[in-house]
Amino acid sequence: MSAEVTTDGTEMSEDEVTLLHGCPLVDSRGQQVLFVSRDRYLEVLRLLTDEGFAMCVDLTAVDYSRFMTRELPDGVTAERFEVVVNLLDISARRRLRIRVQVPENDPSVPSLFDLHPGTEAMEREVFDMFGIAFSDHPDPSRILMPEDWIGHPLRKDYETGSIPVQFKGAPS
Amino acid sequence: MTMIANEGAQEMRPRSELSARELFREVGAVLRMSEAEASALGDLPEDPEDDQTMVINMGPQHPSTHGVLRLMLELQGETVLRCKPIIGYLHTGMEKTAEQLTFMQGGTNVTRMDYLSPLNNELVFSLATEKLLGIDGDIPERAVWMRMLLSELNRMSSHLLFMATNGMDLGAVSMMIYGWREREEVLRFFQKVTGLRMNHNFIRPGGLAADLPAGWRDDVLRLLDMLPDRLEEYDVLMTGQPIWRERLQGVGVITPTEALALGATGPILRSTGVEWDLRRDMPYLHYDEVEFDVVVGTYGDAFDRYAIRLNEIRESMRIVRQILDRMPSGDYRIQDKKVTPPPRARIDESMEALIHHFKIFTEGFRVPEGEVYVGIESPRGEIGCYIASDGSPTPYRMHMRAPSFVNIQCLPHMMRGGLVADAVAVISSVDPVLGEVDR
Repeated sequence: MSAEVTTDGTEMSEDEVTLLHGCPLVDSRGQQVLFVSRDRYLEVLRLLTDEGFAMCVDLTAVDYSRFMTRELPDGVTAERFEVVVNLLDISARRRLRIRVQVPENDPSVPSLFDLHPGTEAMEREVFDMFGIAFSDHPDPSRILMPEDWIGHPLRKDYETGSIPVQFKGAPS
Repeated sequence: MTMIANEGAQEMRPRSELSARELFREVGAVLRMSEAEASALGDLPEDPEDDQTMVINMGPQHPSTHGVLRLMLELQGETVLRCKPIIGYLHTGMEKTAEQLTFMQGGTNVTRMDYLSPLNNELVFSLATEKLLGIDGDIPERAVWMRMLLSELNRMSSHLLFMATNGMDLGAVSMMIYGWREREEVLRFFQKVTGLRMNHNFIRPGGLAADLPAGWRDDVLRLLDMLPDRLEEYDVLMTGQPIWRERLQGVGVITPTEALALGATGPILRSTGVEWDLRRDMPYLHYDEVEFDVVVGTYGDAFDRYAIRLNEIRESMRIVRQILDRMPSGDYRIQDKKVTPPPRARIDESMEALIHHFKIFTEGFRVPEGEVYVGIESPRGEIGCYIASDGSPTPYRMHMRAPSFVNIQCLPHMMRGGLVADAVAVISSVDPVLGEVDR
């Protein structure tokens, strides 16, 4: 297959896409990114934990509803949401980023709590901000917004608020 | 759209209302308890009279909690059985705001997250933006060393403030004044360099906002000459004092397994004896070219965390001395027309420069599509910046991995079984900045 040129000018041939546990592993600006399907999410993370990625540094999400044309490796279908997990291997001093596609009509992902208890608060934050539910989470509640808040603020269709400004002397 | 999880209440319910499984999940997954221990945990006394617990609120307006933190504590007598931090009182939607601001303006936003180490926030945001732009290898030498200088001085000012608040929280009120006094000296230098005491927006994508002012070297040297004596004074005031040791030693203990499982970084992780410092282990800037020691503790208690921070000030001073020796001359920002505005003088004589200047400040510069995560060592631990870009001048999504947000989740484990009187000491030893927790 022919190599395609990405927007930053670097050539990315399809030969560079390697597989790790059957999931495409991509080198993105020198950082390792693994695209894991939602069905195999827990299984792959468990395998990675055993391989040394014992620390989950960060868990967040992105709402790609206004940027569905993003570049993804072959075999990965773009969905509205992506859950992004950053793993750290302290002994080998390496990082790995996991990207999981989460569809809009069923925004739910298994919770990592039993594997990485530190994700408890991060998953609550993602639930709060994006409305992605984490099944089997011990405390599925909002964390930053008030518990009776309606909507999920970091979704792209959640408009930023504005306060009407009344200028003095302006015609009403 | 279907929702699996219902938006439950955020508050903590008394343990008598919880099932054994729920109680076990609270601790079991972290503590890796045996089944027998876990089931014992769920065994409440048969007679409800024997299970006299009380759920009380600490905060959300407690002066010792470093911001608006609220803790719900379940007490039995004076013993803390369970604890749950309830956050969000300072949430201002900064990650949403970041999607409205250009990469040029983003620094003003991120600098307000961890307001005690603003320069580290700007640094990680700039490093992530530069990585997306593909210019991370082209930053001029002087800019890199200047960034290191500011980052280390910021670490010192942040830890000095910790000395002050830690002292205040434990009743050493004079320490509060001393800590603030020394921190003010560092901030005075920042004010001279950046124009502001805090929220500098000085480290920007592509380099820095300005060069160091005349006489900066003397100011730094004066600081380095003044601090060692003051730190000795802290040792006399606190480190060796029996009362101080009594209040901190063995309080808020956390094990390496717990700290790693909870994702804790920075002084909390190092207090357990895990040698992990991104400056040494995953060097950024020129940290691989300076010599310093990673300070670690042994017991993982509040005293270790205090001692680590005190000695990290000394290590930072060591690094700053090496930076002074090696500070090269040259440019303080990259001369890349894409990200750097033209010099002021050029605007008067060149139409192109004027247009270029106008474009950069109104539209901002376009950043290639992609996503990147950069993590650096802030005074509180790993601060990470995750940016997804869709090729426009504003980040499509900007997420900050705030060390305080993760570290604060250690509180329930540090407090379990401790005394309520030690709760403040434990909060203080985590050194959270609520601006960063809530963002």
